[in-house]
Amino acid sequence: MSEAALDTEAVSGPAGRQVWRQFRRHPGGVVGLLVLVAIVLAVFVGPYLHGVDPNRISIRERNQAPTFVHPFGTDNLGRDLFAAVLAGGRVSLAVGLAAMALTLALGASIGVASGYWRRLDGPLMRLTDLFLALPLLPLLLVVITLFREPLRAAFGPSTGIFILIVVGIGMTSWMHTARIVRGDVLAVKRQEFVLAAQASGMRARRIVIKHVLPNVLSSILVSATLGIASAIITESTLSFLGLGFPPDFPTWGRLLYDGVSFMQITPARVIWPGLAISLTVLSVNFIGDAIRDALDPRALRR
Amino acid sequence: MFAYTVRRLLTAIPVLLIISFVIFSLLTLAPNDPLGDLPLTIPPEVRAQMRAALGLNQPFLVRFALWLHQFFINEPLNLLQAWTGLDIGDGNRLRVLSWATRSPVVDLIVQRLPQTLWVVGLAYLFGVLLAVPIGALSAYRQHSWFDQIAAFVAMVGYSVPTFFTGVVLIVVFSVKLQWFPSVYNTNLKVTDWPSFVAQVRQMFLPVLVLTLFNTSQISRFVRASMLDNLHQDYVRTARAKGVKERTVVLVHVLRNSLIPVVTVVALGVPTIFSGAIVTEQIFRVNGLGQLLITAIQGGDLPLVQTLTFIFAVLIVLFNLIADVLYGLLDPRISYE
Repeated sequence: MSEAALDTEAVSGPAGRQVWRQFRRHPGGVVGLLVLVAIVLAVFVGPYLHGVDPNRISIRERNQAPTFVHPFGTDNLGRDLFAAVLAGGRVSLAVGLAAMALTLALGASIGVASGYWRRLDGPLMRLTDLFLALPLLPLLLVVITLFREPLRAAFGPSTGIFILIVVGIGMTSWMHTARIVRGDVLAVKRQEFVLAAQASGMRARRIVIKHVLPNVLSSILVSATLGIASAIITESTLSFLGLGFPPDFPTWGRLLYDGVSFMQITPARVIWPGLAISLTVLSVNFIGDAIRDALDPRALRR
Repeated sequence: MFAYTVRRLLTAIPVLLIISFVIFSLLTLAPNDPLGDLPLTIPPEVRAQMRAALGLNQPFLVRFALWLHQFFINEPLNLLQAWTGLDIGDGNRLRVLSWATRSPVVDLIVQRLPQTLWVVGLAYLFGVLLAVPIGALSAYRQHSWFDQIAAFVAMVGYSVPTFFTGVVLIVVFSVKLQWFPSVYNTNLKVTDWPSFVAQVRQMFLPVLVLTLFNTSQISRFVRASMLDNLHQDYVRTARAKGVKERTVVLVHVLRNSLIPVVTVVALGVPTIFSGAIVTEQIFRVNGLGQLLITAIQGGDLPLVQTLTFIFAVLIVLFNLIADVLYGLLDPRISYE
């Protein structure tokens, strides 16, 4: 227990502060972080301030321009667009986070396994190459159409599609993380403290957890941020193609897809969800850039 | 180099076989019934006959072997016959048939290919042509306002998904300004000047969307690669020898910087086809991407299987081309 506390101290202590200082020097990263925090706050706190049910239909108020009651206007059934964007954002961000977590778990474990155990390296890297050679978007589309119904029947309409999309994105985007982590592990493995740990009779699994993983954390962190961005893009692409979330459980991508048919009457229906996706991805990418610069030892020397 | 190429070609065969097997088993094991959409009033024996007609009553491995035979032997022979006009063996070969249209899958693909190649291929070409000067200039004038703006635009260009840029462009240029049509007219044939103008106008928006995306991606590579080379010793030597700055940058640095860019460009070619899926959907271009989406929605498994596999072949092929090109262009790389 005390050991673990010491370790987190070491990670978030002076080194963490140094990284944060470097991060703050990157204007894009700071603005990105502010925008992302604003979006996350709006999406999670917003519904308490803007107490309109996104599913409340009122035909009399359909296709309205922005008013004080409906800041983004309403759709063809009179549902409030602002509330829908807030609700959709929660799902989109949740998908992004969950898919990123799965991507990281898969990518980091495959990367560490193939970097640390030479016996596993060959087969795991061939597997990675094989996945990289698969046409991912078409396959993802196929998988979702084929498995949508059974999963919906098993877990209910919204949970089923959530699991399917998160697992689909996670299974098809771990390869780059795995390769990066493997390279880092190969470099860390040659260092003396790993040798010392091996000589002291520490078991391989413990060495990986105590010594290797903390040292490859920085590249995992960078691929985590980029993973969120690409997961959000992939999810909204799927929804945009009509093969993602159902219309009664909309994400930003689905709102955009539904809005396209009405873009002549109410262009706001495509602009706001699209803007939300774009701003989120843009700010996450800027944050990723800033973290990468902050963790780059060449930049630290400046 | 030759031995390396041959070795890579030979290893590509098992890779492609495994990929086709993965795709095939994914489609087969999927818990959906291709006859599921048919009315329940069809008696079971008719249903069984329909399954037999689709070839569904045979064991999995037999169907897979049959598909392999049709895809790798029959269809290439047919294409060869069509191109050369020669008769090779018996003309009545079994072909991969689409369930929805009952026409050969390859014929459908051949019909759709030109639209994809024109719209998406042109955008890729423009993207490369724009990315090289932009990337080179922003590396040469690193930290200048041009570099800052180019970096920001590139970041926006690849963060904003193409379906949003496309939709925004449609709202602005087709709905509000009415300069360009929002829907691609696939019946348009270019015969004279006005129809050519119409063709250019309808291609403008999709090409613009994809060009923006491609330029932002490739220009970052060009910039990074230029920066790597600009600070090398040979550049200082060239300058010290009194070589003109123009020659130093354009001949020495740019040429060397383009070597990794060429491989990135080659690796990106397969994404022309899969990236086209979204853009073709927005602008209603009837290319390969749209064919895939309609096939997926209609549960047309042979078409989905063949298209997905063709995408995989392209990826493997262009990976190989990228590696071989890298070896050819950079004498320091040796695969022997």
